Amino acid sequence: MSASLEKGVRVLKEVIDAPIASYFSSCVHCGLCAEACLFYTETGDPKYTPIHKLEPLRRLYEQEYTLLGRLGKMVGLSKPVTDDELEEWKELVYNSCTLCGRCSVVCPVGNDIVYMVRKFREGMSASGHAPEGIIGAVNRTITIGSPMGVKLPAVKAQMKHVEEDHGLPIPLDVEGAEYMVMLSSMEIINFPEYLAAIAKIMHQAGKTWTLCSTAFEATNAGMQIGNSDLAKVLVTRIVDGAEKLKVKTVISPECGHAYTALRWEGANLIGRPFTFKVQHIIEVLGEFQENGLLKTEGFEVDKLTFHDPCQLARRGGVIKQQRNLMNMVAKNFVEMPDAGFMNWCCGGGGGASAIEEGEELRLEAFKKKKSQLDAVKPDRLVTACANCRIVLEEGLEHYQMDIPVVGLTEMIAEHIPKQGD
Amino acid sequence: MNEMQFLTWVRGQGLDLAVSIFLLGVLWRIFEIYSLGRKKDLAAPRHVAGASGWHTIFRRSLPPEGMMKKSPVTYVGGYIFHIGLAIVVFLFAPHIKLIQSLTGLSWPGLPSQFIDLVAVVTIAAMVVVLFDRINKPVKRYLSTFEDWFTWTLAFLPVLTGWMAVQHLLLPYATMLALHILSVELLLVFLPFTKLFHAFTVFGSRWYIGKINGHKGVAV
Repeated sequence: MSASLEKGVRVLKEVIDAPIASYFSSCVHCGLCAEACLFYTETGDPKYTPIHKLEPLRRLYEQEYTLLGRLGKMVGLSKPVTDDELEEWKELVYNSCTLCGRCSVVCPVGNDIVYMVRKFREGMSASGHAPEGIIGAVNRTITIGSPMGVKLPAVKAQMKHVEEDHGLPIPLDVEGAEYMVMLSSMEIINFPEYLAAIAKIMHQAGKTWTLCSTAFEATNAGMQIGNSDLAKVLVTRIVDGAEKLKVKTVISPECGHAYTALRWEGANLIGRPFTFKVQHIIEVLGEFQENGLLKTEGFEVDKLTFHDPCQLARRGGVIKQQRNLMNMVAKNFVEMPDAGFMNWCCGGGGGASAIEEGEELRLEAFKKKKSQLDAVKPDRLVTACANCRIVLEEGLEHYQMDIPVVGLTEMIAEHIPKQGD
Repeated sequence: MNEMQFLTWVRGQGLDLAVSIFLLGVLWRIFEIYSLGRKKDLAAPRHVAGASGWHTIFRRSLPPEGMMKKSPVTYVGGYIFHIGLAIVVFLFAPHIKLIQSLTGLSWPGLPSQFIDLVAVVTIAAMVVVLFDRINKPVKRYLSTFEDWFTWTLAFLPVLTGWMAVQHLLLPYATMLALHILSVELLLVFLPFTKLFHAFTVFGSRWYIGKINGHKGVAV
């Protein structure tokens, strides 16, 4: 990736479209978006006001696409965007934005701020102002195959473990299976329960499924850093795998951004509609539940609450399913304030958790999650995103809160009666 | 130029010039913005009732849950001065007469005492939101020359109009001329400043509603 300011500006000029022009022309500087952003609410620093994070993009829009802006640029009234400025904005565009989209849903004039941050990142990465941590994750995904450097043998080793422990086959590269199951490296390394859970659930539902040896990693660091060319390379792997195996549906794992990358950006990245369906695992479980294919026994009796991953709920429209699933296996499920559509981010989405130098700010922002948890005092916290899970665990540990975090899919699977039911 | 000549100018040539710049400016800005277009969304859509551009145009007029408590001055002050402006601009009988003379359209107005009251409330609300902008760290941080300038552009017509009707400070003819001049300045600058949100707010809300509606999310 050879990056330069010139390239960045060119990319930014390309991503500016009518919605962005309309949004910038509508902003009245009311500042309400700040109240929706946990990086502002927890620090009180106005520089974290979401619309301010877009200032260089706004100026570029004005200078390139408005008559008065072009005049201003010609006579030197409007200063050009510089490398120094973009470097200063790196913290605002990456460390302090998780693409959670809360700002977009409160803006009174209807500015889709997160839409603009996502596009601004294209120019930031093309001009060489993306954080090292995400650059590393992208490079590993492109060259090795996953952001955490996981290769196929690691997946195979885990498949073998699950097969031995549970006596259930883990299909690989099975042509014509109904579902192709994707994983996130986080699940391969830290949460092997996920794969076992899928095996149990699919077995009970009587569905055919498979993993794909050339496309097992679902996460897309290319999208997080804001490089559509790289994001396209990663999505293409999955599309090729799914089309080769002729599956009907590809299941995005418990990972928020993987879902957004595949479900909503994927077809746009490759430039044509998919020939298969994409569903988040929670959507699949919801469908199984509705169709009577998911049967559980027994209940969790401790107090549980659910953390909605932003990309699944607010950005992805999946809100009811996880609640129905929780109620299926939990006697004492309580909601945090603002749960569901308006839930607060864990603080580490959108690639932010990969930024080492952003950790202090991330932990500061976690005070929002802490206050939500303090309001209900759960015994355990359930979620449906491996990245949220890691970030939540780090935050909870930092604030010395003894609340274990579990994945919803594995919790459901624990209540599936043993084989031979 | 004496008072009467000044009044004649702002009512004649001045008004023509301002209205022309306003109309051409609005058309140009709308073209400049919306001709940029956008790419078709190729992701398979999810259809959910209430998730569309049109729904969002209306839905965004109300504060999302919990937001009123976070910034009551912005919401209450904002509602009062927007609705107040609409009432005094479009429901004051002399304004309707002017619009009728320009376009032929006319509708019933409200009693002038009521308009007086609305004008005073609107002026008060605008002063309050100005203080809020000075007082709140986020608003102060975001504010540029344009924010103070456009506040003044929007405020002067209300103040001068009210003062003209009340016969305050200056002779009626002079104050009326100043009132018309301030409206002309507002018209001239509206298309090229943040005041243009009066037009683009509908496009912006429609876009965000449409883009998220494609995903089945009602924003």
